[in-house]
Amino acid sequence: MTSSTAATSARWRVKQPSIIPGFGLTLGFSLAYLSLIILIPIAGLLWRTAELGWSGFFAILSDQRTIRALTVSFGTAFAAALINVVFGTLLAWVLTRYRFPGRRLIDAMVDLPFALPTAVAGIAFASLYAPNGWIGSLFMPFRIAFTPYGIVIALIFIGLPFVVRTVQPIMEEIDREVEEAAATLGANRFQTIFQVLLPGLAPAILTGFALAFARGVGEYGSVIFIAGNIPYVSEIAPLLIVIRLEEFNYAGATAIATIMLLISFAMLLVINLIQAWSRRRYGYV
Amino acid sequence: MSKSTRITRFRSPADESLTTKLVLVGVSLVFLGFFLFLPLVSVFVEAFRDGWGAYEEALVEPDAWAAIGLTLTVAAIAVPLNLVFGLAAAWAIAKFEFKGKAFLITLIDLPFSISPVISGLVYVLLFGSASVLGPWLKSYGIEILFAVPGIVLATVFVTFPFIARELIPLMQDQGTGDEEAALSLGATGWQTFWYVTLPNIKWGLLYGVLLCNARAMGEFGAVSVVSGRIRGLTNTMPLHVEILYNEYNMVAAFAVASLLALLALVTLALKTLLELRFGAGSAGGRH
Repeated sequence: MTSSTAATSARWRVKQPSIIPGFGLTLGFSLAYLSLIILIPIAGLLWRTAELGWSGFFAILSDQRTIRALTVSFGTAFAAALINVVFGTLLAWVLTRYRFPGRRLIDAMVDLPFALPTAVAGIAFASLYAPNGWIGSLFMPFRIAFTPYGIVIALIFIGLPFVVRTVQPIMEEIDREVEEAAATLGANRFQTIFQVLLPGLAPAILTGFALAFARGVGEYGSVIFIAGNIPYVSEIAPLLIVIRLEEFNYAGATAIATIMLLISFAMLLVINLIQAWSRRRYGYV
Repeated sequence: MSKSTRITRFRSPADESLTTKLVLVGVSLVFLGFFLFLPLVSVFVEAFRDGWGAYEEALVEPDAWAAIGLTLTVAAIAVPLNLVFGLAAAWAIAKFEFKGKAFLITLIDLPFSISPVISGLVYVLLFGSASVLGPWLKSYGIEILFAVPGIVLATVFVTFPFIARELIPLMQDQGTGDEEAALSLGATGWQTFWYVTLPNIKWGLLYGVLLCNARAMGEFGAVSVVSGRIRGLTNTMPLHVEILYNEYNMVAAFAVASLLALLALVTLALKTLLELRFGAGSAGGRH
């Protein structure tokens, strides 16, 4: 569709010529809606933070309770994403390679965390992993619910589909001949998987990790029921924002939200960089 | 088991032993049991702990009804709004080449990487009592925060990318050939959209609507920040679950939760059906 005249003049125009109508209308509407719903409210948040000034911003962030809440959020999200990398990759492998009864059902169920409202997951996990719950009672006297371990449990649930659904399509496209070639060259199965297959899957696994981690840091509904929400111990950053709001401490809520927002933007950038690198190196995302 | 295993009865060197396979499948099943199946099952077990009568009682209560009604209302406003946006954005992005397209897609994805609590907070800052807009609107009798409009806004924010994200790759794949053919045969822009584009994307669209709706009805964090949790007025189903749970009214909490879990199961079933029948969804996302 790019004619040679369009190609030479493309540098000079924002949009390449097309006979299809509606560009102005659809792009205009999209930009207006995007600005009203997303961009202006976020700009408002950043504006409020700017009003605090550097000293006000850092005073809130250097508060011990804030630091602890951010550490709990990022630490538990990191641990859960690591566990999801291991089990999510295993699950993707089992689902793409093996045929067993119930595989279809399990494949469909992997998306449950996307579909199940977080509050429902939250109360289900809290009652299951509580000291008197079905699973919690198995592990007594080791407590899972109402400790940071409980947060990790909830975040494993939330992040699992991100890893499986990122790794699975790439795994399906692996050419079996590569594995056969490795085997004929004398590699055992372990070597083939860890030295031939996994390096090719690394970008997908990394992307899945980053997505699960980013989601876990901001997660609220599934966590607050099982966390116990003890300040300095199992209080997550999103909950601290809610608490500050309920105290009408808008400055406190705004500063914590801004630092979380900045870190998620950084994560988004990292994900895009991984994908760009992967596209250059392997030709796929 | 691969084809070669079945035909030759020898293990291909590019395959694992049966024992390894059994162990890996077993580990996966145990993992899923602890993290997916037991939580799901426990919702229904807890809901029916005191029998059908108690379950029914928890659902016919007026506050529960009000919560169900509000959740349906909010989804009925938020999903169509994001549907129109998704169609417009996908049309602009998939059918035209313009500068800044990649950046626009990144912006559309933004709500996915923002904590739901922050999605609610931005509206509290915009319309709260300490803002410029809030008191001004209030002087005209318009309440945004701690009222239905705020809940709708927060839900729209959180579900913003779902439909656009589904349609953009799908429409990019389909290219512009069909539309160009229709236009050259004399169809108007609207006719081209209704009779050519829309039939091409209907399953992908349905898929996006399904996911958007599930999230809209189940959203908790963003809505809890803007709602004020006024029973019978600004309480959605997920918020009602939280209130009942915090009052140690477990049977009622899980009864309302079981409705939301059913919604999730129906969503998953329809989604799987769409994927199997029409290759919608995950197939559209990656190429």
